[in-house]
Amino acid sequence: MSAVTLSPAPPAAPAQPARKASRWERFLASDSLAGWGFASPAMLLIAVFGVAPIVWSVVLSFQRNNLLSQGTWIGFKNYERLMRDPLFAHSVRLTVLYAALFVPISIVLSLLCAVALNRKLWFIRLYRTAIFLPVVASTVAEAILFLWLFDPYYGVVNVALSKLGIPQQSFFQNPSQALYCIVIMTVWGWLGFSVIIYLAALQGIPKELVEAAAIDGASRWRIFRRVELPLLGPTTLFLVVYLSINALQLFDEIYVTTRGGPLNSTLVVVYYLYQQAFQFFDAGYATAIAYVLFLGILVLTIVQLLIGRRFVHYRS
Amino acid sequence: MEAAARRQELLPEIGSLETEAGEGRRRGLSAWHLFLVPMSLLMAFPFIWMFITAVSTLPETRRFPPSLPHAIQWHNFIDAWTTVPFDRWLLNTTIVAVASVVGNLVFCSMAGYAFARLRFIGGGTAFLLILATLMVPFQVVMIPTLLIVRGLGLVDTLGALIVPNLVTPFGIFLLRQFFKTLPVEIEEAARIDGASRFGTLVKIVLPQMKAPLATVAIMTLLWRWNDFLWPLIAIQTESRYTLPLGLAAFQGAHFTNWPLLMAGTLMSQLPMLIVFVVAQRWFVQSLASSGIKG
Repeated sequence: MSAVTLSPAPPAAPAQPARKASRWERFLASDSLAGWGFASPAMLLIAVFGVAPIVWSVVLSFQRNNLLSQGTWIGFKNYERLMRDPLFAHSVRLTVLYAALFVPISIVLSLLCAVALNRKLWFIRLYRTAIFLPVVASTVAEAILFLWLFDPYYGVVNVALSKLGIPQQSFFQNPSQALYCIVIMTVWGWLGFSVIIYLAALQGIPKELVEAAAIDGASRWRIFRRVELPLLGPTTLFLVVYLSINALQLFDEIYVTTRGGPLNSTLVVVYYLYQQAFQFFDAGYATAIAYVLFLGILVLTIVQLLIGRRFVHYRS
Repeated sequence: MEAAARRQELLPEIGSLETEAGEGRRRGLSAWHLFLVPMSLLMAFPFIWMFITAVSTLPETRRFPPSLPHAIQWHNFIDAWTTVPFDRWLLNTTIVAVASVVGNLVFCSMAGYAFARLRFIGGGTAFLLILATLMVPFQVVMIPTLLIVRGLGLVDTLGALIVPNLVTPFGIFLLRQFFKTLPVEIEEAARIDGASRFGTLVKIVLPQMKAPLATVAIMTLLWRWNDFLWPLIAIQTESRYTLPLGLAAFQGAHFTNWPLLMAGTLMSQLPMLIVFVVAQRWFVQSLASSGIKG
């Protein structure tokens, strides 16, 4: 703190009201001027585009608002309607089903890949590049690509199935298959990310621990089960939380592939929210949905962290 | 010194990722190949098929079973480029991505440094507020943000995509954590020698922050390049589309012309694919550290 008086005053620090001269002097002598000078551009942007929208959205969720005229206050009506909306309940069930498939499949598959890639093997770089590469694909590119792969008439997946003697499927156009196709597509898109996180964590495990277990005569499987897997606990917990949050917010892929159809079979919560806001222009109701989604994410995250605390051991 | 040790702990575990595999086994054949070969093929296949389709003729893609193209149709790329204002969309996406990367590097490092090093009135509260916004899903704020952007007269301009993204709570948080691990002694020495706060930050501190700054740059680039929901609601005019928006519209208009669509999709991903292949090590490190810290 001693060197502070040397600094020339940075510009654009918002003045703090000073009642006494001594307080003003203390303010100047502290880091406050420099602190606010450095932080104010970011703070201003976050206040306008981060904090203000949060507050505003609370107000919106109590309004009937069509995005064009001034909204009218309707109290808890949006939330009451939400509780009785069968389509919303349907979208919640679909979203939960999607997350319940996407997260465990991603975790198991990425752990398997990370363990395999954490080895000195021939072509390991090639394997790594192939498995990491989908990370850079945009959700829109991914969705268009899978529309083509799963095309009912000329798609390559149907060709592979016909070789196995399975008749042509309509995939995204079939209400009982569309959601599963979206699971496959998004697992492909997200796998590289989870593998990278697991691989970084695996390489952070001290070699001494693994070697000590090996000297004690533990088998490869036992070392993995008893040493590596427990040490990956915090990473697994992080990935479960992070992937769940993203799964509950699924939108882009739905928009490009099925638009919630066929027969509402992929109408996940965020797509329903988008429909309400930008097709039916009911911004108040859409914001109420967003808040319920937020609450759901918050509760799920807290539950996951609490469960995690019982099973995950952190290295001291 | 304790802080330096903490940083040593953080970085090598991420940094070593790409260079060498961790296990003590010798390079060679292993049962793992039986898993890795099909897995890699499965992961790479969609890209390979995208390329094959992109250089096929339309009748070739409509054969059943499909076959390899008899000649490579490079002109599909030119056709896709000229059928839609692809150059315009590429330019728009580049402008948005570059402006956001620069904004994040400048504003997040200034704010991150302030929160890590300077004790200022309201600083703690402000930082908590930033952390709180990190938790709120985008869907909650997107409608009010649209109204704010409209109020500022930015709606349906590239500004709508740039200004709200000039700074991210993630960037501030990540950089603050890394600033905290740097030894403070060098900075104090520079300050005693008469350097200003800003001079110290630019000349002394930031050069030690290459890895986390690269993380912020790469993550911002990737997010902005691929962003869809926000451009979808903030942009209406076709000439102001970004690539994901344009591709989605393209797909809606030409949904059976797969060679053209695949050529367009491939081109839209090419810049990121090239960046990934060239800078794979940095990319992987960035994702690993953003995941661990974010």
